[in-house]
Amino acid sequence: MTLDQIPRGTLARIQDVTGDDTLAIRLMEMGLIEGEEIELIGAAPLGDPLEFSVRGYRLSLRANEARRVVVEPLP
Amino acid sequence: MTAPRELTVVLIGNPNTGKSTLFTALSGMHTRIANFPGCTVEKKLGLFTDAGVKITLVDLPGTYSLSPRSLDEMVSVDVLLGRQADVGKIDAVICIVDAANIERNLYLYTQVREIGLPVILCLNMWDLAQERGIKVDREALSQRLGVPIVATSAHKNLGVQELKAAIHRVVGTSVDVRRPEFPAPFYEEIDHLRAWMQQKYGKSPEPFLLERMLLDVGGESEKKLSLALSPELLPVLASARERLAQKGCRVPAIETKVRYQWIREQLTGVVDRTSPSNRVTTSDRIDKVLTHKVTGLLVFIGVMFLIFQSIYAWAAPFMDAIESVQEMAAGWVESSMAPGTLRSLIVDGVIGGVGSVVIFVPQIALLFLFIAILEDCGYMSRAAFLMDKLMTKLGLSGKSFVPLMSSFACAVPGVMAARVIENRQDRLLTILVAPLMSCSARLPVYLLMIAAFVPQVRVAKIIPLQGLVLFAMYCVGALVAIPVAWILRKFVFKGETPPFVMELPSYKWPSPRIVLHRVYDRVKAFVLRAGTLIFCTTVLVWAAAYFPEDHTPELKIQSEISQLEEAAGESPTPEQSAQLDQLQEQAHQISGRLLADSYLGRSGRLIEPVVRPLGWDWRIGVSVIASFPAREVVLATLGTIFSLGSEVADDGEENQNRFVSALQNSKWPDGRPLFTIPVAVSIMVFFALCAQCAATLMIIRRETNSWRWPIVTFVYMTGLAYVAAFVVYQVGRLL
Repeated sequence: MTLDQIPRGTLARIQDVTGDDTLAIRLMEMGLIEGEEIELIGAAPLGDPLEFSVRGYRLSLRANEARRVVVEPLP
Repeated sequence: MTAPRELTVVLIGNPNTGKSTLFTALSGMHTRIANFPGCTVEKKLGLFTDAGVKITLVDLPGTYSLSPRSLDEMVSVDVLLGRQADVGKIDAVICIVDAANIERNLYLYTQVREIGLPVILCLNMWDLAQERGIKVDREALSQRLGVPIVATSAHKNLGVQELKAAIHRVVGTSVDVRRPEFPAPFYEEIDHLRAWMQQKYGKSPEPFLLERMLLDVGGESEKKLSLALSPELLPVLASARERLAQKGCRVPAIETKVRYQWIREQLTGVVDRTSPSNRVTTSDRIDKVLTHKVTGLLVFIGVMFLIFQSIYAWAAPFMDAIESVQEMAAGWVESSMAPGTLRSLIVDGVIGGVGSVVIFVPQIALLFLFIAILEDCGYMSRAAFLMDKLMTKLGLSGKSFVPLMSSFACAVPGVMAARVIENRQDRLLTILVAPLMSCSARLPVYLLMIAAFVPQVRVAKIIPLQGLVLFAMYCVGALVAIPVAWILRKFVFKGETPPFVMELPSYKWPSPRIVLHRVYDRVKAFVLRAGTLIFCTTVLVWAAAYFPEDHTPELKIQSEISQLEEAAGESPTPEQSAQLDQLQEQAHQISGRLLADSYLGRSGRLIEPVVRPLGWDWRIGVSVIASFPAREVVLATLGTIFSLGSEVADDGEENQNRFVSALQNSKWPDGRPLFTIPVAVSIMVFFALCAQCAATLMIIRRETNSWRWPIVTFVYMTGLAYVAAFVVYQVGRLL
């Protein structure tokens, strides 16, 4: 499952960030590292971008950027 | 050793940490703004004296990491390494961190630390972190990291003195770098790379750059060195990364993994933050409303309307005031100086030139007042968040919205506002299309042309045609901007779409002091840096319109007019009035002829074959060229060249009617009417798309620090305007 698919309000654990381009590096620099927990807070009125909570701050990602993050939903 | 009397200190940190607030709190009003050579990065220096030591504070752009991926990002690395000649050696670094968000902020810190300079860790927005119940054992953290830590609340000026004191303490101390440990194979590869470079070139770069070369795939350090040395470097790096991947340290993932793991270890037991997901803060509650489907959009529209209204309407009285001061100054010079070249230079060149710069100040000040408030309170990134989907459809990003919207009032503040976009590609793209938005200076041109040539009929019995044409003119630029942005993205700014990945900071109250300082800063930067260029353009165009003709007949008739006016006094006799009218008429004829024979007029004749296919004669051509310092000047020039006097266009309804009928009656040499509806529309379309605005081009020059982009803007917009005017005229003629 990727980060753009998790339902609102559920916690997920990051498994991987795919690729090694600018975007992948940027995502990892922002703290999206394997093992970290992340939560979808909501979406912009037009459905994109998405707002996440990670490492105690709010992060905004476009859906196609969130797709690069592989996650497993936590119960 | 005596303490040095001058220090250079660098300020670096993530975006939204209050970095510019701290910069202001430290250095006060004494700032110097320039660009770093060869890139768009603004070099902001703050100068202050503390305990008898002169300190130069260098403000580096807000960044999440020190892994340079572009020339612009390389600047920060170069400054820190002391390789930026005009900044020199760095004595200390202040690394500013959001106290409520230490973990992610420390990522940049770990990289900065490895450069080996004395570092002070500044936990800013300390008060807000306290309010949110975040507890930091500063003592313990300072021990673990091996650096002094100062807690500040820069917007309240708290902790700033302690920070200054810490600068003196830290300078010159030996640096014991406690840093994250990479796995052993990484250091083996570094040694290998160093040895290879030593053998090949007899030298190797700083340890920091060496590590960056290995870690940043396709980064600027690798590009710069491989260009400077040889292309052989790239395969060497690639195989080194290959070997690392086999040993389980995949580049670039290994860097972030190692650093964040180290950071977490350092923070364990030192920072106590309550889990964010089970605590709803005030900021979250505000966010719920402001990013909500309905309320969020309503607030957004309201805020944007307010900004637009302010630069479009509220700035007007200030601009009028500036104009009347300008007129007063001109009038005073005219009454106290004998007519002649010098007087004309002072009145039309110098005073006009200063006026053409100052006239932008109200709009710039108002726009940056709003931008500073919105940025300081955290709404600016929400605005980008809300608009991103819409703007990506147009090939732009959510952050382009405010600059482009502002450009509907005036492209000059609009282009300046583009600096809120951190990404270079997005920023340049926004700057290049901003002048296409229909600014308020185009309005007088539209209004006159529409009043003169568009019939007062209603389409489908309800919609007035004149209003429809005006609306179409407003839309044409914005509509054309869509394919232009797409083409630029496709062919000029190729490569990956810049990531949108950004923090949505917590909301807080903006600080009036900081907001006003930001406004002052921007206005000052505009006047000093773009103002000179705009002023020079105005003077040059004045000279082109004045020389090389002999202005004696004009002076003679003007003195006759003033003598007669004096003799006539308050109540002129009918003969005197008639005589005065006749003289005025002659004066208009003469100044029209003088303009026609000036360098400007000659160039107009020269380009007549070029503008002919647009349905224009040389007089329209001259007016368009003359409008380069400011679009609305086209009307005054049309007035002069059609021998009506330059003030007809904007001086009362009667004069305007005279102007309109003069245009309607003007003819080609063979007697055909000059202005037809297709010609009028062709002029309007040309003005909607052309870059006849020196101020815009000069501000683009300043903001991009290169002549390349204003030239590109001028060429593509003029080309577009020409083609569109040509098509409109030719098709219009057939209908």
